[in-house]
Amino acid sequence: MKPMNEINMSFPSCSANEGFARAAVSAFVAQLDPTIDEICDIKTAVSEAVTNCIVHAYRNTIGVVYINCRIFENGKVIVKIRDKGCGIANIKQAMQPMFTTSEDERAGLGFAVMESFMDKLHVSSKAGKGTSVTMQKMISKRTGRQEKNGQG
Amino acid sequence: MSVRLIFKDEVLTAVLSGEIDHHSAREIRDEIDSTASKVHPKKLILDFSNVQFMDSSGIGLIMGRYKLMQIWEGSVEIQNLPPNISRIISLAGLEHLCTVRKESRNETDE
Repeated sequence: MKPMNEINMSFPSCSANEGFARAAVSAFVAQLDPTIDEICDIKTAVSEAVTNCIVHAYRNTIGVVYINCRIFENGKVIVKIRDKGCGIANIKQAMQPMFTTSEDERAGLGFAVMESFMDKLHVSSKAGKGTSVTMQKMISKRTGRQEKNGQG
Repeated sequence: MSVRLIFKDEVLTAVLSGEIDHHSAREIRDEIDSTASKVHPKKLILDFSNVQFMDSSGIGLIMGRYKLMQIWEGSVEIQNLPPNISRIISLAGLEHLCTVRKESRNETDE
């Protein structure tokens, strides 16, 4: 299926951009008229994925974070967040709740949050090459949503 | 993001406002810890009434303050938790470490 709209953005992995990234994705997804809860879920998941790029992929260095977001007529949202950082040697282990390689104060819940707040999560990674996280969520159809460009 | 600290009757209340993520968590942590390590409160109350967003960095922040308070056997309480943030708090199971109140202490005591 062809997306009805799509955005691509890239930015340096500075922590100040975490807020920008989730705000930008949520502003784009707003075209599907999501509920406050749905927007909050997407914002949180994006924040987790971007934070992973900053804290883990590009630890002690600044690299580029790439975000692609596509929205579909049926309410589907696909967000892909990609980096060219250190990569994850053991994805299964990295996705375990409470697992973290950071000595900083991290809960190790990033992937658990993405999994729980989105419908689907796919992670692919190559050590030394980078990581790509693809998340999918269905925005529920609400009564009157189809007429949102019409009256009221 | 900002933190307002109130110390009264051995209780340190940190009124948080804005968005809590990896970027802002460090500043919040430093502000709370510098005061808490001086006054050694019996209880640390984290007030979320003005928090618009929190990701798992906030979980790390709460767990870290719990560990700090443990040093002098103090406790941590979370109050005025907005519904969108309570989900991530329960996902992390923080209600096992801290008292979680949807309202503030004064409202629930009545």
